[in-house]
Amino acid sequence: MYDYRMGKQDWMGAGLPTEGTDTERPRLADVVRRDVPTCSLGERLGDVRNRVTAAGWDACVVVSQDRVVLGLLRARELQADPGLPVERAMRPGPSTYRPFVSVAEMRRTMTDRGLESSPVTTSDGKLVGLVRRTDLGTADADPEAGEP
Amino acid sequence: MAQEIDRERVRRLMEQGAQIVDVLPAREYGEEHLPGAINLPLRQIETEAASMLDPTRAIVVYCWDSA
Repeated sequence: MYDYRMGKQDWMGAGLPTEGTDTERPRLADVVRRDVPTCSLGERLGDVRNRVTAAGWDACVVVSQDRVVLGLLRARELQADPGLPVERAMRPGPSTYRPFVSVAEMRRTMTDRGLESSPVTTSDGKLVGLVRRTDLGTADADPEAGEP
Repeated sequence: MAQEIDRERVRRLMEQGAQIVDVLPAREYGEEHLPGAINLPLRQIETEAASMLDPTRAIVVYCWDSA
C-alpha cells in the first residue's frame, strides 16, 4: 500500500492529466506560455534585456537552478540600468498560480489586481510558464465566466 | 503502514498497473481525479475495500493534499 501524501493538488499543480467533469473547463495549463525567457539572479540586466527582446518578449522570469521562481522582470524592470544584476532590478516574490486554476478565475484575479502577467508554477514553486492577461480572452466569450 | 511516495513514483506505479484510489467524497472525485482512479471515500474504506480492491496488485491512495 502506498500513500501519495501530497495528493491531487500536487498532481494537478504539476499540470498532469486528470479525468472528470471539471477537466473540460479551460484552465491556465491550456494557455500558459511555456516558452517564457528565464534568467538567474546574478546575470547582468542588459544582457537579459537583449536576449528577451531578441526572443520577441517583454518579460522574463527569474529562477533558481532548479527552476524555482524567485522574481519577475516586466517591461518596466527591464528598462532599468543595464549594469544592474538581475537580483537588484527584479520584482521579487511575485504571486504565482497553479496550472489547474480556471481561465475565468484567473481573468477576474488579473483584472482585480491590475496584473498584466503572472508566473504559473507547480505546488513546489517550479516554473511552468507565464500567463498573460491578453491570452485569457474576454468574459463575453467564456461560458464559465459567471462561475466562482 | 503505507509507504509515502511522490508523484513520480505514482506515475511509475500507474504504468505498472497499480490501483489508484481516490478517498475524497464522490462529488469531488467526479469533478476531477487522477487517470484511472477509483473512488473509495474514507468513510466507506473499511466496508468496501475488500470487495473493490485486488490485494495482489499495488494500491496507491490519495486525498486532496497532506492536510
